[in-house]
Amino acid sequence: MSLRSPLGHARGLGSAKTGAHHFWMQRLSAVALVPLTLWFVFSVAQLSGASYTGVLHWVREPVSAVALVLFLTALLYHSMLGVQVVIEDYVHHEGVKLTSLVLSKFAHLTVAAASIFAVLKVALG
Amino acid sequence: MSTPTSTPQRPLSPFMLGPYYKFQLTSVLSFAHRMTGIGLSIGTLLLAAWFIALAQGPWAYAAFAEHLTAWYGQVLLAGWSWALLYHLCNGIRHLFWDIGKGYSIPVAYASGYAVVAVSFILTGAVWALALYK
Repeated sequence: MSLRSPLGHARGLGSAKTGAHHFWMQRLSAVALVPLTLWFVFSVAQLSGASYTGVLHWVREPVSAVALVLFLTALLYHSMLGVQVVIEDYVHHEGVKLTSLVLSKFAHLTVAAASIFAVLKVALG
Repeated sequence: MSTPTSTPQRPLSPFMLGPYYKFQLTSVLSFAHRMTGIGLSIGTLLLAAWFIALAQGPWAYAAFAEHLTAWYGQVLLAGWSWALLYHLCNGIRHLFWDIGKGYSIPVAYASGYAVVAVSFILTGAVWALALYK
């Protein structure tokens, strides 16, 4: 007896071999975020009370600018993967699920593009 | 074998919540990981708004900073900083599980209490630095 579904049998195909990709990317971005987040949180704490020019100065430092771009990329990628899992776990209506997944991906990519562009505009401007 | 059967109406997650389930530290921390994760995803909007305001210039930045330094902004930042540091600490706990370490019940509880303690210590350290540097 085969555990394969009738459709899987008919198609005669195995797995797509990308099953672990989401899991692995979530862990990889998590590992990257450990140092980046600690750096960000303590840097921002040190900036508290800083003026507009003070914050501008910080973002313009090459190390800060590069670290911020890396932080925002890893953060929004990790967030996108995490929200996807939550939607897949709790939204059971197919149409609502698909719509939420697409909207979440678009929203994450928009926030990533806007925030990274803002950092680069400050850093290079 | 090929006759299609109707899909049985099984209960779907999170049906166990409510009368069937007794909460424990480990499950509460697991929920908290998801809840803080969702909260932090929404928090990325605030982060993006900060950089966008900075890029727009001193007037836009001043308008944004006014909200951040107001009491509700500070409450939001306090909650957000703890959520971030909790998710980070518990995330490290998850990474250890992913490599197969720390699964025994006593270790899972010990690491759970450690995560809660360290998340509050780190949050305290960040705010101490911010307020008394």
